[in-house]
Amino acid sequence: MTTQVFKLPESLKKDAKYTFCPGCDHGVAVRLVAEVIDELGIREDAIVAAAIGCSVTIYDFINIDALESPHGRAMAVATGIKRAKPDKFVFTYQGDGDFASIGWAESMHAALRGEKISSICINNTTFGMTGGQLGPTTMMGQVTTTSPTGRNEEYYGYPIKMAEHMALCDGVAFSARVSLDSVANIRKAKQAIKKAFEVQLQGLGLGFVEILAGCPTNWRMSPEQAHDRVKNEMMQTFKLGIYKDITAQQ
Amino acid sequence: MTVECLTGKKVLIKGNYAIAQAAVLAGCDCYFGYPITPQSEIGEYLSGKMQELGRGYVSAESEIASINMVIGACATGARAMTSSSSCAVSLMQEGLSYACTDELPVVLVSVMRGGPGLGNIYPSQGDYYQSVKGGGNGDYRTIVLAPSTVQECADLTYKAFYLAHKYKTPTILLADGLLGQMMEPVEFKPYPYEDIDNSDWALSGAKGREPRIIRSYGPLADDRCEFLEKLFAKYKTIEENETMWEENNTEEADIVLVSFGSTSRNVNTAAKILREKGYKVGTFRPITLFPFPNKRLAELAQKVKMFVTVEVNMGQMVDDVRLAVNGKVPVELVHKGVGAPPDPEYIAAQVEGLI
Repeated sequence: MTTQVFKLPESLKKDAKYTFCPGCDHGVAVRLVAEVIDELGIREDAIVAAAIGCSVTIYDFINIDALESPHGRAMAVATGIKRAKPDKFVFTYQGDGDFASIGWAESMHAALRGEKISSICINNTTFGMTGGQLGPTTMMGQVTTTSPTGRNEEYYGYPIKMAEHMALCDGVAFSARVSLDSVANIRKAKQAIKKAFEVQLQGLGLGFVEILAGCPTNWRMSPEQAHDRVKNEMMQTFKLGIYKDITAQQ
Repeated sequence: MTVECLTGKKVLIKGNYAIAQAAVLAGCDCYFGYPITPQSEIGEYLSGKMQELGRGYVSAESEIASINMVIGACATGARAMTSSSSCAVSLMQEGLSYACTDELPVVLVSVMRGGPGLGNIYPSQGDYYQSVKGGGNGDYRTIVLAPSTVQECADLTYKAFYLAHKYKTPTILLADGLLGQMMEPVEFKPYPYEDIDNSDWALSGAKGREPRIIRSYGPLADDRCEFLEKLFAKYKTIEENETMWEENNTEEADIVLVSFGSTSRNVNTAAKILREKGYKVGTFRPITLFPFPNKRLAELAQKVKMFVTVEVNMGQMVDDVRLAVNGKVPVELVHKGVGAPPDPEYIAAQVEGLI
């Protein structure tokens, strides 16, 4: 007798070539998104608004319809999809630079309008695809290619806390920050993604999940060191937790 | 503010309302917009009407958001539109470049005002280049339709939706502040064009088929030639099938006055003044600014002695007329930088001075 212990989610393409860097957490995040889509049975109604940056390649892996958005505009693009086809399941998959720097206006206003969409945003404290420059989430003291002596308040100001900001918007039904540094946290991350998708399906408002993720390439670290940094440094600035869940309040 | 959607009888209506009402009658599923003078009535009218009809409407946070919402809606095959003016259309150029590469049926109503920069709120034709040559990055074209009457504002709005979907390419209705704000009698006919089937490309969820990806990076990820060749083959087809213009008294003409949009109204009167003085003057009005009626202008260049373009800008379309005429005869410019079109008497005097 054999027992199946591994099954590729139907929402992942079977023949996709993995193109993320070794140790990058995007792969785990995409996998979780695919598993949740499978479990909710929404694959055939799902459309993703992909962004610009490493996150854009989600359409190479995920087995659903996809539209590439200009840099920062995924939330506006997703708004357009959802308003045209309210019966479809629509979500964005973005990085922190896309969501919170160039796209902050689109992100905030989609949240304030309470668009019935979901958004998954990877926070790796840097612009990954362009080679590790300072981004909106770069932590104080962090060295990047454009903060060679570390982020200081005089020249760069302070990092943005996306999940907290989103929770302040009346149109947001669910906002959480999760991490992929351990098995336990990966399980929690999946639960949060599921919740962020469910509030859309229930028509309650926008669901948002900020995912702390390692970027070994641009951090000049091994995958293990990167996860240690997520745990020991990032989580001090970016506290994990559910910042808003209107279903819990009900 | 309410304007009833009446078809089959003449109503006195502002250009902006005519465009908005025509969009409703053309089956526009979604409108996304941000206010700017002199076109704000379009969004004002549609905010109420689209909600009344249960269609999509968003007061977007910016023109950048507006055009990207249109992109999202169009990717599902919906008829979607935004409208704006000059300095704010500048903010949409990135989106238009993407939409051309994504081959999406975006409809943009551009009601020109003075520029550059914030400029002013007077009418202008200063965005000819922006519309026809493309203000975004890369090689692309958009279909550009230029009405000269409020009736044509309505008729060409219908056509904009049709052409955008027929060719899967962004289409601009290029009006100006004069057309947007003036009232004229308009008869709204039923939408005259066939529906375009988009079931083979639109995003609808991967049910019973492979997933679809609409993107600009993929098709262009290699050396980009194949995709661009295909895109420009499409533009050539558009040029062959869809070029529109109006010409009057050109058969016997020595001089042809070339103008577009609201300016053509005064140019027609100027031509009449000149003909009454004994000059053989005809008029030529491109209705599609892209595709531009190059071939017909080249034919006319074989027999006329001079072209004079009349524009409310510092001279933009004159370049395209010169390209079409290709040095056969002189192409002169009579212009006014910004504002309502120059008076017919002024145009006639300027042209007479060139003879």
